[in-house]
Amino acid sequence: MPPLIQIQDVSKSYMRDSFEVPVLNNINLDIEEGEFMALMGPSGSGKTTLLNLIAGIDKPSSGKIKVSDTDISQLSETALAKWRANNIGFVFQFYNLIPVLTAYENVELPLLLTPLSKKERKKQAETALEIVGLADRMKHYPKQLSGGQEQRAAIARAIVTDPLVIIGDEPTGDLDKNSAEEILTLMERLNKEFKKTLLIVTHDPHAAERANITKHIDKGDLV
Amino acid sequence: MKILKLILKNSLRHKLRTFLTICGIAIAVIAFGMLRTVVTAWYAGIEASAADRLITRQAVSFIFPLPYTYKDKIANVEGVDQVTFATWFQGVYIDKNQFFPRLAVDPETIFDVYPEWIVTPEEKATFQRERNSCIIGEDIAAMYNLEVGDAMTLEGDIYPGDWQFIIRGIYKKRDQTVDGTGMFFHWDYINERMKVDDPIRVGEVGWYIVKIKDPNQSAEVSRRIDELFLNSSAETKTETERAFQQGFIASFSSIITAMNFMSFVIIGIIMLVLGNTMIMSSRERTREYAVMKTLGFSTPHLTSLILGESMFISFLGGGLGLFLLFPLIEGFGMVVPKNWFPIFNLEEITIVLAASSAILVGIVAAIFPIQKAIRTKIVDGFRFVG
Ligand SMILES: Nc1ncnc2c1ncn2[C@@H]1O[C@H](COP(=O)(O)OP(=O)(O)OP(=O)(O)O)[C@@H](O)[C@H]1O
Ligand SMILES: [Mg+2]
Repeated sequence: MPPLIQIQDVSKSYMRDSFEVPVLNNINLDIEEGEFMALMGPSGSGKTTLLNLIAGIDKPSSGKIKVSDTDISQLSETALAKWRANNIGFVFQFYNLIPVLTAYENVELPLLLTPLSKKERKKQAETALEIVGLADRMKHYPKQLSGGQEQRAAIARAIVTDPLVIIGDEPTGDLDKNSAEEILTLMERLNKEFKKTLLIVTHDPHAAERANITKHIDKGDLV
Repeated sequence: MKILKLILKNSLRHKLRTFLTICGIAIAVIAFGMLRTVVTAWYAGIEASAADRLITRQAVSFIFPLPYTYKDKIANVEGVDQVTFATWFQGVYIDKNQFFPRLAVDPETIFDVYPEWIVTPEEKATFQRERNSCIIGEDIAAMYNLEVGDAMTLEGDIYPGDWQFIIRGIYKKRDQTVDGTGMFFHWDYINERMKVDDPIRVGEVGWYIVKIKDPNQSAEVSRRIDELFLNSSAETKTETERAFQQGFIASFSSIITAMNFMSFVIIGIIMLVLGNTMIMSSRERTREYAVMKTLGFSTPHLTSLILGESMFISFLGGGLGLFLLFPLIEGFGMVVPKNWFPIFNLEEITIVLAASSAILVGIVAAIFPIQKAIRTKIVDGFRFVG
């Protein structure tokens, strides 16, 4: 079986003023289905950029990114938005919950793009919240939650559509040791128990240990 | 359904800001409605003027008199049905700040030429018989609590001295467009006294009102009348009542134009008020929009979210403004002297204009934030620092 994610000769550069700044150089990387991969590297090395390309929220300057046989570098903006909704769960460093929505409503949000009925949405959102252990905090607004709880709600939002891949950009970067531990345990569980493919960026070697495989990136090159 | 909830929640995020914006829009809608009402009320006078009446005045200026002897000459002109005349008396009744038209008229003909002032045959007969009698409008009667049989004393200015009249009739307005604040008395009565007080002014008439047989002939009849007095010491200028009214209004036209212009400036101001609020809100939510896009929400969703919020606020503001406009216009109509604006109503067109302006404002104010939200790339949205 071919790898779930195939990154082939991917380069990315940004324009700064009128200069082209190379960020990623000819990256080749395969991620197998069911893998839990950690990506490490110094600040500014291009980790976030690579995640964004895989998640389809940015496009490579050259090269191909195939996710389960779809070449996402070829998709139009609209097609890409649809693709993200169906295939990607994104967890951010700063949680990024919508402040005016409750934990439940935040988790339900991605389901509004699906044809699910209200009842089905409710069932699915509640299940996701139960998995992350927030069943008793559903009615709380983000500002009424601790950082760890917010991140758990964000994870529930990422898994509620049952995506192919869960992507986390320093998901424990803003948390204290205990909360970080909880989040990592949760991710490990998603990988082992629910057979999810996970890709996270982290600065913490301890966190990277939880993954099955760790890749290093430096100045835009995989090492 | 969910999007609606999010729109509502977003709108209420900064309650004070939303409240102030709504008040701003409401105030602007009120100002708009008031200005438009004044403008329409102004033009209502022209609309109400009769098409079969001509006004003959002194050619140089309205303020110069015409000889009484013209009456019969005009009456003989081809196409003329009936002639009456009036003289501006002015004077003061009780309070010199309370103004209403006081005219010396020809009691035999005035109510035939002005059928919109309705008097009973008995009132008319008594009025014609008694030289010091007068007839007043129902609005003036109500304002000063006057009844038939009461005396009214005017302090003359153009015609100095005290002048006493007995009310012998109160005319009713045929409809809302008619001025109900007039006061009419015998021209003869004034003229007789001038023979003693100021003989030079004897036989002077302010202007003639000519009822013509066929409104389509107004141009020809006017020309015939004016030709009659060509090269005399008092040449005339005859025009339709409507043209006369328009000429009168034209002297205020710059004010009207300014009001018209202002009313649309106000719409521009509401756009800026709401636009500013929407831009601030959207800017603060740059990151949230990036999150929503990451989740797969796209152009139609963001558009309805932002447009919805903008429309919601403009609806509330416009609704509140219109809601308050009704009693305000009514109150204003009661305070404003009746003879300024016989009709001071909130016209349907004003309501439609105000409401559609509110909708337009809601749309326009959303355009820029929507564009911005759509165009901002997700990665830039996350890198954005407010
Ligand atoms: N949208 C962008 N526009 C311009 N330059 C960008 C953009 N995104 C990233 N960069 C630049 O690309 C380089 C790599 O950025 P990236 O965010 O991928 O690094 P990172 O490895 O995630 O760093 P950190 O550990 O600090 O998060 C940086 O020099 C950054 O300034
Ligand atoms: Mg980063």
